[in-house]
Amino acid sequence: MLEVAGLRKTFAGFVAVSDVSFTVETQQIAAVIGPNGAGKSTLFNLITGHLQPDSGTVTLDAKDITGVLPHQICRMGIGRSFQRTNIFPRLSVFENVQAAFLTHRGRGRDFWSRSETFYHADVEALLAQIGLLEHARSLAGTLSYGNQKQLELGLALASDPALLLLDEPTAGMSATETHDTIALIEKIAGERALTLLFTEHDMEVVFSIAQKIAVLHQGRLIADGAPQDVRNDPDVRRVYLGEH
Amino acid sequence: MNLSFLFSQFMGGLTAAMFLFLIASGLSLIFGVLRVLNFAHGSFYMLGAYMAWQVVHSLQPTGATFWLAAIGAAVGVAILGGIVERLLFRYLYGREELYQLLFTYALVLILGDAAKWTWGTQQLSVSRPAILNGGFEVFDTVVPYYNLFIILIGPTIALSVWLMLTRTSLGRMVRAAALDREMLDALGANVGWLYTGMFMLSAALAGLAGALVTPIQSIVPGMDVEIIVQAFIVVVIGGLGSFWGTFWGSVLYGQVLSFGILIFPGFSLFSVFALMAVILIIRPWGLFGRPIR
Amino acid sequence: MSALRTRFAGRIPWTLIVFLAALPVPWVGSRYDTFLATQIAIYALFALSLNLLLGLTGLVSFGHVAYFGIGAYVCGILMKTLGVPFIVAFPASGLGAGLFALVFGFFCVRLTKIYFAMLTLAFSQIVWAVCFKWNDVTGGDQGLPDVPFPDLHWMASLPGFGHFRIGEQFYFLTLVLVMLCVAALRRLSQSPFGRVLTTIRENPERAAFIGVNVRGYELAAFTAAGIFAGFSGALFGIFNRGVFADYVFWAKSADVMIMAILGGMNHFWGPAIGAAVLTILNQQITSITEYWPFFLGSILVILLFVFPGGILGALDAGWNRLVNRRHA
Repeated sequence: MLEVAGLRKTFAGFVAVSDVSFTVETQQIAAVIGPNGAGKSTLFNLITGHLQPDSGTVTLDAKDITGVLPHQICRMGIGRSFQRTNIFPRLSVFENVQAAFLTHRGRGRDFWSRSETFYHADVEALLAQIGLLEHARSLAGTLSYGNQKQLELGLALASDPALLLLDEPTAGMSATETHDTIALIEKIAGERALTLLFTEHDMEVVFSIAQKIAVLHQGRLIADGAPQDVRNDPDVRRVYLGEH
Repeated sequence: MNLSFLFSQFMGGLTAAMFLFLIASGLSLIFGVLRVLNFAHGSFYMLGAYMAWQVVHSLQPTGATFWLAAIGAAVGVAILGGIVERLLFRYLYGREELYQLLFTYALVLILGDAAKWTWGTQQLSVSRPAILNGGFEVFDTVVPYYNLFIILIGPTIALSVWLMLTRTSLGRMVRAAALDREMLDALGANVGWLYTGMFMLSAALAGLAGALVTPIQSIVPGMDVEIIVQAFIVVVIGGLGSFWGTFWGSVLYGQVLSFGILIFPGFSLFSVFALMAVILIIRPWGLFGRPIR
Repeated sequence: MSALRTRFAGRIPWTLIVFLAALPVPWVGSRYDTFLATQIAIYALFALSLNLLLGLTGLVSFGHVAYFGIGAYVCGILMKTLGVPFIVAFPASGLGAGLFALVFGFFCVRLTKIYFAMLTLAFSQIVWAVCFKWNDVTGGDQGLPDVPFPDLHWMASLPGFGHFRIGEQFYFLTLVLVMLCVAALRRLSQSPFGRVLTTIRENPERAAFIGVNVRGYELAAFTAAGIFAGFSGALFGIFNRGVFADYVFWAKSADVMIMAILGGMNHFWGPAIGAAVLTILNQQITSITEYWPFFLGSILVILLFVFPGGILGALDAGWNRLVNRRHA
């Protein structure tokens, strides 16, 4: 489904991503791991159009989407969550998700109807699926950190993506929260037949659900394959020695 | 159009440029550190002019009166700036930029009326210091010594401030604060007083400029608004936050103003705003700023 | 319940209520009251148009007065110089202002924050400079005095309206037109389009990644705001019996922004309330002293430090505190 070939990005002399290539199959759960500064977020930004690559291509279902603008990429069926919680703080949880539905279903050009009447059932269904239904009327900015991350997942899902990119979905969470979040993600990925690509620091999480792992180090891909193979790869062991 | 005319236009443009630079440099400094465009900067300039006049008219006229007035104005305005920053402005730092901008505009309104109440609406003026009277002839035209003094003092102050920013540890802290205030705080530097100090320095520059302009221009209400718009234009052209950008922006602006009047007699007003718009459209970080997007 | 809840939705037909409340002024008040009410209505529309950018989309424009001025000049030139009837000149003003907003806005929305604000200011000053200098068309620094009133004689034949002079008749016309515009603005704010604008205000990066073409929407909002500002300008030119270049000076952009914030930019009606309060305060204070700027500045300082949500924001917070105390 997603193919990344020869991606390269430099920032004023610093090579953030260098010649990275890998593929993610449809409905696969894939993870990109690597120590801090390995270039994981940059890679995501290159895929979703927030950054233009210096060279290389990004292909979605055999269609070249390199450098396409973020809002267009979103419409092509890629959803994304961000590392720093990125929600609409002064809108209610309900309005956050509703806005995503409105945009996705092309209602944004409607100047005349009352926006509050749209998509109640769908919004509530999604909120129920991510476990935020009871907070529907609260302002998003007042939610706890964990709940905000759930909302962010909801926003990514509202655009009905086929491919979901999650940037550090369990960052800053306790062990229980992490477990719950990952269970939720896995369940939703199954229910919606999603292809998942996520980055993570927590190795336990990665090895528990990923079917394919790509390892980045200093901008370069040093390993790519099934979890068992990656776990036993000597390069990976060297890079991660002491990281656990 | 002959050499003499061109030269006098050129010198006129340079003089205007250096005045503008004195004012705009303070504006640029504050923007670089606090990320705020201080509308009240023009008010500091105007108060500097009024304070200088006040000093000159309160003391016995001697050779040194003018210089005392200039220094007094700079110091007085700096103190005012410090009070405003300490008591009011710093409580807005975490807030939206719009609130900070509006606060500086409120200051323009308040300080403008305060000046009007204190000194009235009559035009005031200050005579040139005796030591700088007269001028010298070159290319069949006279260049007043005072203008030359202004043309020289501009780069001198620019160099001093630039050296301070890049060579001293204080300057390093200022630049660090511009990049990451919290980090600097955590490192133990007293960021609060740093900001106050920078605000006061910027105000002092404006006040000094105001004092120094009094022999050339009369002091009138409205000079605060008139100058701040020009300072904005200069800072945008040169690059918001870029110190040397402000310098060269001032030079460019001075010449555009000087010669623009010849090309479009009625449209010099239009041409400077058009220049500002063009820069913002094709190169928003100014001629010398660092590219942002 | 949080005091920050953005109040743009609602079921009560406030527009109609406000219209009906404002309608009787010429009957119950003096000619001066009608004069003031006309001015308030016009500024309310101007401030509400700005809030489409400021409160709804999060765009800080320092050059909004340009579109007010363009509307005023278009209407004034059409009606005075070319003798065009009001019924054509009025829509033309909105269209003209909207056109300029579209062109200027195209360049402005490519920038963010302070750069956006500076470019809106630059364009506004260019408009001012042109109006100030183009003697043949705009009258230059003399402006366009004696812009004619529209032909409202027919109003005298309506029952109960017979005793009104042109001032009151114009008030009725203004009120109807302003309320129609306000109704449209309210509709816009509560529509899905308006909802998308709030996402841009809250988090432009995230908005892009739910599929919003941020620049496109910002341009649409900018143009719409320009159109309504143009309408208010057209009315003002007639009301003021003339169009002059200093209406387009940037200080007026600051005034209208203060109105929006005074009333509360997080509430739909905030700017209208701010316009009313500020206009009345201005009249009262300038009749006693010449130091109105000092008062305006002080009000602004108090607003910024104590009541950042404006009047409606403060009322909202007070109401919430009352409700919570009752439930405690």
